[in-house]
Amino acid sequence: MTDVPYEAVLDALEAEAIHIYRETAAAFRNPVLLYSIGKDSSVLLHLALKAFAPGPIPFPVMHIDTTWKFQEMISFRNQRVADLGLDLKIAINEKGVADGVSPFNHGTHEYTRLMKTVALREGIDKYGFDAAIGGARRDEERSRAKERVFSLREPGHRWEPRKQRPEFWRTANTSLAEGQSMRVFPLSNWTELDVWRYIRREEIPIPGLYYSKERPVVERDGALIMVDDERFPLREGETIEMRSVRFRTLGCYPLTGAVESFADNIDDLITEMETSRISERAGRLIDGEGGGSMEAKKAEGYF
Amino acid sequence: MSTITPVLHLVTCGSVDDGKSTLIGRLLVETESVPVDQLEYAKTIRRGGSTIPVGEVDYSLLTDGLEAEREQGITIDVAYRHMNLPNGRRVLIADAPGHEQYTRNMAVAASNGDVAVLLVDAARGVRPQTFRHLTVCALMGVKTVIIAVNKMDLVDFDHATFEEIVGTIRTAAARLDVEEVLAIPMSAFTGDNVTIKSASMKWYHGPTLLEALAQWEPGADPIEGVFRFPVQYVVRAEGNFRGYAGTVVSGSVKPGDSIVVADSGRTAVVDRIVAYGGDLDRAVAGQAVTLTLDHEVDVTRGDVIAGDTQLQPADRFAVDMVWLSEEPLAHGRSYLLVSGSRSVPATVTNVRHRLDVVTGQEHAARVLEMNGIGRVEIATDRPIPMDPYSISRDTGGFLLVDRVTADTVAAGLTRHAMRRAFNVVAHSYDVDREARELLMGHKGKVLWLTGLPGSGKSTISDAAVRKLHALGIHTYVLDGDNVRMGLNKDLGFTPEDRAENVRRVAEVAKLMMDAGVVVFVALVSPFRSDRRAAKELFNEGDFLEVYVDTPIEVCAERDPKGLYAKAAAGNLPNMTGAGQDYESPEHPDLVLHGVGDLDAAASELVQHILGE
Repeated sequence: MTDVPYEAVLDALEAEAIHIYRETAAAFRNPVLLYSIGKDSSVLLHLALKAFAPGPIPFPVMHIDTTWKFQEMISFRNQRVADLGLDLKIAINEKGVADGVSPFNHGTHEYTRLMKTVALREGIDKYGFDAAIGGARRDEERSRAKERVFSLREPGHRWEPRKQRPEFWRTANTSLAEGQSMRVFPLSNWTELDVWRYIRREEIPIPGLYYSKERPVVERDGALIMVDDERFPLREGETIEMRSVRFRTLGCYPLTGAVESFADNIDDLITEMETSRISERAGRLIDGEGGGSMEAKKAEGYF
Repeated sequence: MSTITPVLHLVTCGSVDDGKSTLIGRLLVETESVPVDQLEYAKTIRRGGSTIPVGEVDYSLLTDGLEAEREQGITIDVAYRHMNLPNGRRVLIADAPGHEQYTRNMAVAASNGDVAVLLVDAARGVRPQTFRHLTVCALMGVKTVIIAVNKMDLVDFDHATFEEIVGTIRTAAARLDVEEVLAIPMSAFTGDNVTIKSASMKWYHGPTLLEALAQWEPGADPIEGVFRFPVQYVVRAEGNFRGYAGTVVSGSVKPGDSIVVADSGRTAVVDRIVAYGGDLDRAVAGQAVTLTLDHEVDVTRGDVIAGDTQLQPADRFAVDMVWLSEEPLAHGRSYLLVSGSRSVPATVTNVRHRLDVVTGQEHAARVLEMNGIGRVEIATDRPIPMDPYSISRDTGGFLLVDRVTADTVAAGLTRHAMRRAFNVVAHSYDVDREARELLMGHKGKVLWLTGLPGSGKSTISDAAVRKLHALGIHTYVLDGDNVRMGLNKDLGFTPEDRAENVRRVAEVAKLMMDAGVVVFVALVSPFRSDRRAAKELFNEGDFLEVYVDTPIEVCAERDPKGLYAKAAAGNLPNMTGAGQDYESPEHPDLVLHGVGDLDAAASELVQHILGE
């Protein structure tokens, strides 16, 4: 029985992702990398650098900014864009901002629909992108197990399970009929642990929010929410405490639960991951109860 | 040096009734491949009809799919999951639904498969679907099949029952191209022989399912194969850098190796293997790299760089085809063939037979329908190099794509090239088209008039030709009806025959144009895809699509051949405008209105030709 080193598994996943990237860049008229600043996006960005070296990344990156991201995410984003000379597009649902849509007054489902899904659709339409590359993984959530690497969207960004194309070998049908577009997921076959181990191996920069630190948090509905700015309305009886916490996933700060941890470096963090095996979406408040809610969001044009 | 194969692609076949969800769920749990919170969900949530007590794992919940499926209690698609083996190898599981109507999904799941786990319910014995799964796996190139005889607890762990089932399947496997067949008696429900040796089946001395997967090694080291490198993307960078990016799909390469561009036959030597972070001294199967060559050769996306000259371009192939679309295969119709990163128009020219995937027998057939598998012949618009599928899935497998809907309609497995391009080398004559056109005093050209029956195509052509003839221009009219009396008298009016009709007329028109003649084609040619295929035979400017736009009421009133009358009486089911739709051109070069004075329309056409 041959022992397979973890490095070899990472090499295989990397090669697969690079293959998908190159196919996307060559086959589509106007692709875009959806950059959401988190660990998966950081890996995606790194893989894009690898796929086209020594040439530049041949497409822009787009951030869907809900205006409720952690401040540290935005400063990290701006630093990466400057360091790598990226062509950054920012998509914001300006009408949502004008209407004062916030996670506190709209309910998470409606908030996500307006500030993420609508902003994403508008951004794609505005720039005429025909392929949007994202960091979704099949292990994230049960309904993702049937997601394609090249996921077809009908006019209006609708995802129709029955229209999805069969994926044979490494060969992709990248043709589009009128009004169709593609979402592309190079990290489909990666696990969360793969992502972390790859970040460690490749020394990929990630936002500091993933590492533990004393942060101001309140306990709300069983989750620890960080008070990132003055827009956070405290409920009666809530107090802000300083606790040593970190984040498994990064999103809108009012909707992202922190975990108590002392892992302040990548080795400790991976050790913690290996022993806990709790799925990362458990810390996300937007997904609701079962696997079906993600499917419903996707049908509307979410990632 | 041999390499490690880090990933095992596993395909699981069987229906929910065979206990497949339970088997996969148990494997995932016992290899610790399930997050704790999902495991918790499977311990607490119970669906109607479940007899598993709360607190124990309902394994089937772990492999649940889409809400749409849950509501209908069915599985509609392939699901992908991962698992880690004790030796560190990653298993990617492609889980295919078992129902008969999902042969296509089975084929997708098996297309990357190294190993198939084929579930058989011990209590129900071997069923037709067992043979279907076995045949599809063998066809798609799965080399190892593990027969998982499940639910042994329901037959009192009886040895004879197991042997009988396995014997039947082995006999079937012997006539298929499966290298290794293992059989394991198990119970996914109790866990016997899944990950732990069964205490109830002392008569079985082989591995558990998990052990069998952990012991798997690829039959042939992929890097020992011939070097194949389909070019995906041309990398350009500062300093005149030009590199060819792609994935090594078989074999290996190092700087200094001689290579041949299979599409053109041009040779070169590999200069560098470029990767982010530094050059490599070798690249092997599975690696995504960028190659530079020692001198400029013409290489574009879709070309295959090879290490030998075995791979040569051809334009006719015998292939096995899995039909995926609800719309049946139409031979003669032009599809887009996608092989690796290459796309080229192709037509199916002949269906040889359909395969009965249960009995393995071949039946005569003219069409393939959804989920059908058969041997067909295809012709590509230009010669392309494709390997036999048995040599390489990547350079021997291809998709057919509908050119209008962009749907994937078929998966093809190349068996052999029927006509190597170099067997038919176009002879170049000294007196060429240019010389002939000089003698004629004008250029050759094709005017393709399309429109409903009775729209005025022949009348307009006739009038235009008279005017041009008077001006000393050499003309000819290829009329749809006239051609059907001779060259195409073997063809009918089905979509396939219409496509072939169009193809032949286009080829004849091209020959006459090459002779220096201005050719008028007056042909209903109702389908866009057929007209596009015709147009693609020509260079830019040689072919003008002319749409004779006449309302159907006017055509029916004229009815010069009495066709509309026959159709109205129900005697012409395939008539365009009655039984078949006419697809009007989206971007015709010229639109003529076939109402009123047709001589004026002819004059307009003549002016257009003389203006060109």
